[in-house]
Amino acid sequence: MSKVVVVTSGKGGVGKTTTSASFATGLAIRGHKTAVIDFDVGLRNLDLIMGCERRVVYDFVNVINGEASLKQALIRDKAHNNLFILPASQTRDKDAFTIEGVGKVIDELRESFDYIICDSPAGIEKGAMMALYFADEALIVTNPEVSSVRDSDRILGLLGAKSKRAEEDLEPIKEHLVVTRYSASRVETGEMLTIEDIQELLGIDLLAVIPESGAVLHASNAGVPVVRDEVSNSGQAYQDLVSRFLGEDLPMRFLDTKKKSFLKRLFGT
Amino acid sequence: MQSDVDNKTEAMLPLDDNPKFDFSSTSISRSEPGSAALEIKGSMFTLPVLRLQSVDLALIAEDLSQRLAQHLRFFKHAPVVIELDHLDDQASVLDLPALCVLLRQVHLVPVGVRQASPEQAEAAIAAGLAVLKGGSSATPRSASSLPSSQEKTTTAPSNVEMAAPKPVALPAKVISQPVRSGQKIYARGGDLVVLAAVNAGAEVIADGNIHIYAPLRGRALAGVLGDNSASIFTQSMEAELVAVAGNYQVFEDGSAKDIYSRAVRIFLDGTHIKIIPLGQ
Ligand SMILES: Nc1ncnc2c1ncn2[C@@H]1O[C@H](COP(=O)(O)OP(=O)(O)OP(=O)(O)O)[C@@H](O)[C@H]1O
Ligand SMILES: [Mg+2]
Repeated sequence: MSKVVVVTSGKGGVGKTTTSASFATGLAIRGHKTAVIDFDVGLRNLDLIMGCERRVVYDFVNVINGEASLKQALIRDKAHNNLFILPASQTRDKDAFTIEGVGKVIDELRESFDYIICDSPAGIEKGAMMALYFADEALIVTNPEVSSVRDSDRILGLLGAKSKRAEEDLEPIKEHLVVTRYSASRVETGEMLTIEDIQELLGIDLLAVIPESGAVLHASNAGVPVVRDEVSNSGQAYQDLVSRFLGEDLPMRFLDTKKKSFLKRLFGT
Repeated sequence: MQSDVDNKTEAMLPLDDNPKFDFSSTSISRSEPGSAALEIKGSMFTLPVLRLQSVDLALIAEDLSQRLAQHLRFFKHAPVVIELDHLDDQASVLDLPALCVLLRQVHLVPVGVRQASPEQAEAAIAAGLAVLKGGSSATPRSASSLPSSQEKTTTAPSNVEMAAPKPVALPAKVISQPVRSGQKIYARGGDLVVLAAVNAGAEVIADGNIHIYAPLRGRALAGVLGDNSASIFTQSMEAELVAVAGNYQVFEDGSAKDIYSRAVRIFLDGTHIKIIPLGQ
């Protein structure tokens, strides 16, 4: 059974595309045939982060409009032959998105993929609504700040009301919380919300906490999803995310302040 | 106050024979080719109904100003529907355009008439009002949902009756999922029970009481048809706004520290919102 997973947030710039790229790559590394779709019409970020921007010929809108077949538009990842990217259109307008058009593409992908990851644009406009409409599960990407949590709450409301599963009264979308750009020191100073605060406010299960890390920017500049950077803490946190999503029970890491100083360790304070 | 909830409100578009706006010359018309300029949707609204008992504009004006005095904020710029049913043979004398002017003077926005005879309907259309068909009336729990200031001392018959229907208990509306930012839930004609959090940016509304067995972080409005005896109960008071029968209290950061995150009852003491911890 194939699964459609939307990566969404409401708020912009919180790490949806970073998470989509690493999540999809992580699933492929574990042997699952995975496709990741960029719903952010006009911006096209996913192909950059996945390092395949030069190989984009056809895009999602071409497929919806019947100008290209899915086979022609899907780009195979260089490093993993079971991972494919369906890029967003840079030029077309989002009116190409219709439930029928997007639904047909998703149905076709379901026939040959285990996982279909939908990278949602920010906001609650058409692109975001289309990205979540067909979802079976959802990763709710949130930064530890009030405005981001508020927007995620809004998106959760829409998942429960405006998705296919909601409209057809099927089992609700399974929701997972992913807190990104987490900085333990800023949580300690009270600048940022704690994980408990966020969970309490949103009331959904925590899947992963991704620490703020310079490795993310390096990875996206290099076009290699950070999940493949095994030495960075954010890379490891994304690996944990994938493992937990696939059912492993792992403790949360990277929640406390970096390292205790040598003296503090010595005196145990 | 009587609600008129079953009317699907239709978009009021300028008709061809009466073009009020020239959209083509405004800066709003920058739609891309192929994209629609508008969308027409059906939506349900709760509208206050003015049930006229007299055609005497002076009497109506006096009665209205007394009633509205206590509920200014709640009714300011509120759309109202004029119900003509109770006027019997006087109805033909009613000066509808003058009534509209009067209503606008007290910051009400007349939008239509209800239960109009064919002649009245014609007059209404001429006055720029919609003729609403159907519409059920919700039944607030208190007998007199919007008492005039005189009512305590005298029982003089009033000229404008703002919904004084018989009390009927409807089953409470029960919500077991969190009410999330941007969502709005309305329990018409009775109580609302919420078993999960009402989050910031969410709104829960009831004609009767509101019971929240979880934190209230958004807005809660009880007794919205004017039931002064309505209460709001919550397990954890973290609200942005509470209101009972149109009397509001807004909480900005830092205020209400003494009751913050406590289990409380919120009710009306005169026209003042009172909040007391439960179990004391
Ligand atoms: N864990 C992290 N640590 C540091 N920087 C991060 C982290 N996650 C994301 N970023 C940075 O935040 C920015 C936004 O990330 P990304 O593009 O993934 O967000 P998005 O939610 O997809 O944005 P949009 O709403 O524009 O689609 C990028 O510059 C990215 O490098
Ligand atoms: Mg993005």
